[in-house]
Amino acid sequence: MAIQDSRADILGRIRRRLGRTAENAAAGRTALNAVLARRAQGPRPAVEGDLVARFCARAEALASTAEEVASMDEAPAAVVRYLAAHDLPRQAVAWPQLAGLDWAAAGLRTEGRPANGDDLVGITGVFCAVAETGSLVVLSGAGTPAANSLLPETHVALVPAARIVRGMEEAFDLVRAECGEPPRAVNFISGPSRTGDIEQTLVLGAHGPYRVHIVVVRQP
Amino acid sequence: MEIRSMHFKARASAAAVDRALQAKLTTAKALFVEGRRRAVADIDLEATREASKGIRDAGIADLDLWLERFEAEATRRGGRVLWARDGAEICRLVIDIARRHGVKKAIKSKSMLSEEAGLNAALEAAGVQPVETDLGEYILQINGNETPSHIIAPAIHKTREEVAALFERVHRRPRKREIGEMTREAREVLRAHFLSADMGISGGNFLVAETGSVALVTNEGNGRMVTTLPRVHVVITGVEKVIPTLEDLATLMRILPRSATGQTISNYFSLLTGVRRPGDTDGPEHLYFILVDNGRVDLLGGGFQDMLRCIRCAACMNHCPVYQTVGGHAYGWVYPGPMGAVLTPLFVGIENAIDLPHAATLCNQCGAVCPVKIPLPDLMRKLREAQVERGLRPRRERLALAAWSWLARHPALYGLAARIGARYLKWQAGGGERIRVMGMAPAWTAGRDFPAPEGRTFREQYAAGRRA
Repeated sequence: MAIQDSRADILGRIRRRLGRTAENAAAGRTALNAVLARRAQGPRPAVEGDLVARFCARAEALASTAEEVASMDEAPAAVVRYLAAHDLPRQAVAWPQLAGLDWAAAGLRTEGRPANGDDLVGITGVFCAVAETGSLVVLSGAGTPAANSLLPETHVALVPAARIVRGMEEAFDLVRAECGEPPRAVNFISGPSRTGDIEQTLVLGAHGPYRVHIVVVRQP
Repeated sequence: MEIRSMHFKARASAAAVDRALQAKLTTAKALFVEGRRRAVADIDLEATREASKGIRDAGIADLDLWLERFEAEATRRGGRVLWARDGAEICRLVIDIARRHGVKKAIKSKSMLSEEAGLNAALEAAGVQPVETDLGEYILQINGNETPSHIIAPAIHKTREEVAALFERVHRRPRKREIGEMTREAREVLRAHFLSADMGISGGNFLVAETGSVALVTNEGNGRMVTTLPRVHVVITGVEKVIPTLEDLATLMRILPRSATGQTISNYFSLLTGVRRPGDTDGPEHLYFILVDNGRVDLLGGGFQDMLRCIRCAACMNHCPVYQTVGGHAYGWVYPGPMGAVLTPLFVGIENAIDLPHAATLCNQCGAVCPVKIPLPDLMRKLREAQVERGLRPRRERLALAAWSWLARHPALYGLAARIGARYLKWQAGGGERIRVMGMAPAWTAGRDFPAPEGRTFREQYAAGRRA
């Protein structure tokens, strides 16, 4: 039987087993559209108090580090302080979207391009961040290459406080509202890459970053 | 993958006396069980389990319609949806795709379906180099394509010394002592593969019908690499993995990592939709979904449909006293533990995995922790019934049960047999409280004592009590 017949065969058997008829298919499709329109949420845990505080506490619990600065203009100096404190190179690959910040004045050499396998420090912004889980949300796109939060050993993320939302549901709502179509990749990042595959011993820095530093920016 | 489930008893016996394996299983149990207990404390667990069950049931109840919707949405965004009835078709499709795009090397994020299909061997035979990138799967692959023994911690049976020796031999680098150093070495070796592969192959935790997306969860970041760097991405998932909306995904993402590793959220969670967009600097140019039956469709509308809800979190095996004692390899196929004891016979044939539904104490630890409320002990019981109905039980067992059922329908004779039996067993115990070797069934006492009766049956004592 040709490969193309597999679709008809599989769907045909599913329909028979579910007792699908032309009539109940029409009703079923109407019900489907209702489910898609309603977008009902499940039970959600309480996320109380200040979203920024909750986000930072959760992110730190997942082995990220976090600090706050008052405005975007202060972000480059904060990044340099972090790199210096950890004896990391003062050279980074940044999202093209962040090229407008004065990195040079803070003493950091940046290139606004996608990261390759040799870049040691990657700087990104975020689309938003999730307070419930302490997750960064980054979208693929021309100015926001996915590799910058993945390939370098150190990932520094600038997070505008106003973009911290309560849960994953709000993050998806923002994607729908601001992008319409979902981009190719919506990535939720929750701390440095990790593995427990050898003797169930936790090791940070599996394939992605060894460390994630978050700079929360109070005023955009 | 070759099916070795008929050898469960022999493999389980060997595993139960393997001290090194026992030590590893004990560590893992403490980690996973305690981790889950802590992680579920901040959600309304019962409400979330009930909602998750509802989401999975909704997808399955109208599976054909949701799959059609998923296919339309995925296709609209540049994905190509293909269908495979069995493992052989999965292999054929993946090899076709590899040939079409001139693929020499494929990097893989963990996919249990590719284990079902034996995809790695097929790719190698077709001249495509498959590279497993999940650290555990990679360790097994370079150790002569060993099979996984746990669905989320595949190399759980390996010690650090074994891994160190293996890396020294395969990587030809000085032997490492620390697990951190070994992980770094694997990172360096695999990084070169990530950057040079032409194709990425992944499983899928969920398919979202609303947007035609696949949701993928990893901790190491290999899932992101596999789906970001190569120019071709192939997703292989079961047809039952489809869920309606992104809100449903958010709910399931509260229960999956908590149940699996005791994390509130997995490190990397990606929602992938369509191919690279104009202006994008990364992401695949070609995206294929292979939606697989391989035994799943036959479960629809029957007594085992509940099993289709499974989200492969491994909580059932992490909490199972039998898995904790014998480990995963004893189960002899892709899926171990309670979910494997149900899925394996259903997928490979009840007659090819006779012992698995009996590899349980029916204590319902698995059912109690299952995030989608699959009644695993009930399903194992149903499989046992099916074995009896199909005459698959051993002759001696069938004769013994037939004799017992005949006796039970003749109360006077039953009472007589019980009186003889009680006295015989008391005599066997030789005045002690335990029977060390039972004359009529020595196998039963090979691994345990049997409590000795006092010599009179319940019915005798009851009758005596009433007279008094």
